[in-house]
Amino acid sequence: MAEEPMSPAPLPEGTASDTTGSRGSRLLGVLALVGLAVLGVLAFVLTDPDVRIHPSTGAEFGQFDAVRMLYVHVPLAVMTYLAYGLCAVASLGVLIRRTPWWDVTAHAAAEVGTVFCGLVLVTGSIWGRPVWNTWWEWGDVRLMTTLVLFLMFAGYLALRRTTGDPRAVSRRAAVVALVAVLDLPLVNRSVEWWENRTLHQQSTLGDLKIEDLTLFTLMLGFLVLGMVLAWLLLHRFRVGWLERAALDHSVAAAIVERRGETPDDELRRAVGDPSPGESS
Amino acid sequence: MSTLRTVLRDARLVAGRDLRIEARSRVVVDQVLPFAVLVLVLFGFALDADHSTLRTFAPGLFWVTVLLSALLAIQRSASLDSADGTGTSLRMSGLSPVARYLGRTTAVFVQLLVLEALLVGGLVVLYGVSVEEWFLLVVAGVAAGVAVAAAGTLYGALASGLRARETLLPILVLPVLAPVLIGATRAFDDALGVAAVDGWAWTGLLAVAALVLTVVGASAHGALVED
Repeated sequence: MAEEPMSPAPLPEGTASDTTGSRGSRLLGVLALVGLAVLGVLAFVLTDPDVRIHPSTGAEFGQFDAVRMLYVHVPLAVMTYLAYGLCAVASLGVLIRRTPWWDVTAHAAAEVGTVFCGLVLVTGSIWGRPVWNTWWEWGDVRLMTTLVLFLMFAGYLALRRTTGDPRAVSRRAAVVALVAVLDLPLVNRSVEWWENRTLHQQSTLGDLKIEDLTLFTLMLGFLVLGMVLAWLLLHRFRVGWLERAALDHSVAAAIVERRGETPDDELRRAVGDPSPGESS
Repeated sequence: MSTLRTVLRDARLVAGRDLRIEARSRVVVDQVLPFAVLVLVLFGFALDADHSTLRTFAPGLFWVTVLLSALLAIQRSASLDSADGTGTSLRMSGLSPVARYLGRTTAVFVQLLVLEALLVGGLVVLYGVSVEEWFLLVVAGVAAGVAVAAAGTLYGALASGLRARETLLPILVLPVLAPVLIGATRAFDDALGVAAVDGWAWTGLLAVAALVLTVVGASAHGALVED
């Protein structure tokens, strides 16, 4: 793996690095947008609703049109795991390597992961209203563990927004993230471990109980939302990196300005500034 | 082995110091305990002083009250090291971060036990509940107390020194303690005869949570106190 930079370079104004976009990220963004449009058409128009016939009564049952929400909900949940997993790895990097690269990565992953986690809760709630007949089910373990995960990372982001020594804040945030991701296995395995305390169904992907256009649309959902995640992570990372560069730049400018206020030439030479006669 | 003995001895020193400070300043006794009783009373007002309703919800109200009051005790504990350069002195004293963490957790745990004992009395007197399984009640109270103290001490250290620490601490620690709240409430449901649940199974989960939180706290505390 390439060595991560120790700190951001000073902000070079007017150059390409004062933007968060690049040719690659723009291409990724366009692909993600087109993919989202195709996913929308497949999920909400072309795929069939979930309608089954009861063998003895002949009555229709199933999730009907509500199943369409799952083409978005399930990939969003998997991308949330990925983003928070990345945050955990980067947080370990913060504690071990102590470089800004890991810190900015952890922050970006946590922020994007929390947006995805919020969307998981919202899309799940919209799906649950017609299928479970309730917006929210307090007895569902997966719902509860996901909510706790969301709240723990909301706390993480609140910690990130506090002012103070940036190194101390990044170390503390890393600890919060590492404790929070302990909830991830609980969220993921809850439907197996507490199968009597959840309304969520167990995974049907592993044994391929779904097929044809349904499976294709779900896989497309993973691909497209993976691209959206990557695009958001890339840009959030670059925003964080530029924020750091801007901070370093303003601190350096303030030091130079303060030195300029010192009247004693000897003192200025002692701190490494050229004397007025030597400067151009 | 000698290292473990040193850690335990140092932890006892730190716990003794925190408890002596509390005994002299009486912040928990004069402020946190009255606050806890006040919350119990307010729940009574909010639920229209109906005994049967209060009895039904007593376990949940008890643990919400414990958590809210624990926040005050944790903030008080965390503030001890941020005044007058005490934190710097402790860092230079050679005490290991693990010993400091265990010591502070023990002190908070002792204070929480006092708080829980008082609140159980409050439940009996104010809400009219009767304890059906004392042993379960005590074991669940101890396990949940350790979990709350372990997480609280870790997050108290984490929020200390930051400008918004008073508002930050609840946001950080309460989601972590949500599973403890659920487990402790279910265990008390059984102990108080409110619901037919397996209180010992929930107490087992509480013990696991207490162990995990203590190990995580002891491991992570070093990274926090370096600041």
